[in-house]
Amino acid sequence: MSQEVLDTLNILGKMGWAIALHGGAGDIPINIPAERREPREASLRRILQIGVSALNAKSSALDVVELVVRELENCPHFNAGKGSVLTSNGTVEMEACIMDGSSKQCGAVSGVTTVVNPISLARRIMEKTPHIYLAFDGAEAFAREQGLEIVDKNHFITPENIERLKQAKEANRVQQDYTQPIKLENQNVPDGDSKLGTVGCVAVDNLGNLAAATSTGGLVNKMVGRIGDTPIIGAGTYANKFCAVSATGRGEAIIRETVARDVAAVMEYKGLGLKEAAAYIVDQVAPKGTTGLVAVSPTGEVTMPFNTTGMFRACATEDGFMEVAIW
Amino acid sequence: MVGWAIAVHGGAGVDPNLPTDRQEQAKQLLTRCLNLGISALQSSASAIDVVELVVRELETDPIFNSGRGSALTEKGTVEMEASIMDGVGRRCGAVSGITTVKNPVSLARLVMDKSPHSYLAFSGAEDFAQQMGVEREENDYFITEDNKGMLKLAKEANSIVFDYRIPTTGYESCGSGVDTPIHMNGLPISVYAPETVGCVVVDSQGRCAAATSTGGLMNKKTGRIGDSPLIGAGTYACDACGVSCTGEGEAIIRGTLAREVAVVMEYKGLGLQEAVDFVIKERLDEGQAGLIAVSKTGEVAYGFNCVGMFRGCATEDGFMEVGIWE
Repeated sequence: MSQEVLDTLNILGKMGWAIALHGGAGDIPINIPAERREPREASLRRILQIGVSALNAKSSALDVVELVVRELENCPHFNAGKGSVLTSNGTVEMEACIMDGSSKQCGAVSGVTTVVNPISLARRIMEKTPHIYLAFDGAEAFAREQGLEIVDKNHFITPENIERLKQAKEANRVQQDYTQPIKLENQNVPDGDSKLGTVGCVAVDNLGNLAAATSTGGLVNKMVGRIGDTPIIGAGTYANKFCAVSATGRGEAIIRETVARDVAAVMEYKGLGLKEAAAYIVDQVAPKGTTGLVAVSPTGEVTMPFNTTGMFRACATEDGFMEVAIW
Repeated sequence: MVGWAIAVHGGAGVDPNLPTDRQEQAKQLLTRCLNLGISALQSSASAIDVVELVVRELETDPIFNSGRGSALTEKGTVEMEASIMDGVGRRCGAVSGITTVKNPVSLARLVMDKSPHSYLAFSGAEDFAQQMGVEREENDYFITEDNKGMLKLAKEANSIVFDYRIPTTGYESCGSGVDTPIHMNGLPISVYAPETVGCVVVDSQGRCAAATSTGGLMNKKTGRIGDSPLIGAGTYACDACGVSCTGEGEAIIRGTLAREVAVVMEYKGLGLQEAVDFVIKERLDEGQAGLIAVSKTGEVAYGFNCVGMFRGCATEDGFMEVGIWE
């Protein structure tokens, strides 16, 4: 953003930081038991506060999205880092992506099995390699080279996710990370922890810098080696000088729709504002039931549209507005 | 009914000192592949079948950097990537980290047609190839003597120009003369292996498709994923157009280059050639790349901002062109 534009915005009093995060979009039943809803809401609130404090302390947008996504990865209630859903082999293969709006520098990683915080590995790839995207063994080797925190693969696997994989296998299908619990015929299946979602964060700091970050364990019962939308620049994650976007939902649809890039593209080429652009993509372009996203603009606007039943989400702006919501 | 159109490429960023016989070989291969695609189109093959067919041919020939003849990783191995997209329904498939599959583009097609996913990588993709019964080869089949030599040169050059960072300087202006060392991706252009392959087609029913395949960057880190398998970056197709990109992968990813051509047609109302020119000029920042594109109305276009791109194109009305330089 040019100094001139910044000055103008400052005069208009429109500048201010803003942050939004999500914990996945999908078919979240309104009657989700309180014991499954409340810990997630509490986590969103707590982690939002961490982001807000960092922004108040003048951290850069890039640092804030990394920090917030690390917290979301460490929280077992969401499908990223610890708490990632399992592949058809019962293993965890995590993916993450980070992008800086002003430089359009970005980093991405897939197929990570031992790195505690995949988002930080994505950032290292962005900053310390000539590449953008590393995957599987090469990514693991680079994480070790960089001295990132590594743990045993079992660290990420929760009992809930073992049960969910079992259910998915019994139903013999790939379960989206957000779909209804699978209903077996004539069987009363307990509400499995099926409301686990990909996580993401977007932020704009006081200087108008934008950044986006997304992290996921992918789909329950996914094929080994499957890559979703999260690590793909322009699909699950995108930031430039117009906006920062993190998307979640049905990965294959989000890839096809290049959802995150298209929000920025309609702002740039059609002249829409942030809210209109995001609403256009989510309501008019993406098929119903597939997509949710969080986005911020350089002027501190924030939007969190979805065309699924719900999306775990939270946002705050410098003027004191704060929201934590699911439906 | 519209007239069909087809374009192929064998990579952007060509060493101005490339020996003439090598230039001739490349042009012959491009011509052969174009003719193969043209015959298929004349037999009413669909766009998606034609792009797969043509890219298979490019992969099988060792001249360009895909399939046999792929560039080597820092460990001297081959890790191939490919993607394919059908403008009809925007279905897509992609693979990365392929070490034994003779034609990665066909594996990408199977991911699209036969798996619940759109992108598989590394051992999971190899397992899927095994299940699907596709033709496989030992890793050695893909490794050519030429590329072993290039890897050695790249490693030597690396210690000088590659500071393990995206070079902030060193992008000498492209095409400014053979005395100026031209670099792409931080490597001297004589060593850099840009020769990713791709094909875009619009068939006579106006259906667009695109496919791209590559061995990636010479001396890349194992596990590196470039733009070729990424939908919206190296490859994209929709109702309006089909696009395949090549060049500095990281710049193409950052610019979501293939999708961008469609975006400016859709949201800015540009025509195909205008869209290609705009994207090459405005969306690459300092990166060097090229792309080929077709539109649903049977137009074909290409563009590049570096010193040469191996490409060829043809349309139903008899136009045909094969070239390397501007």
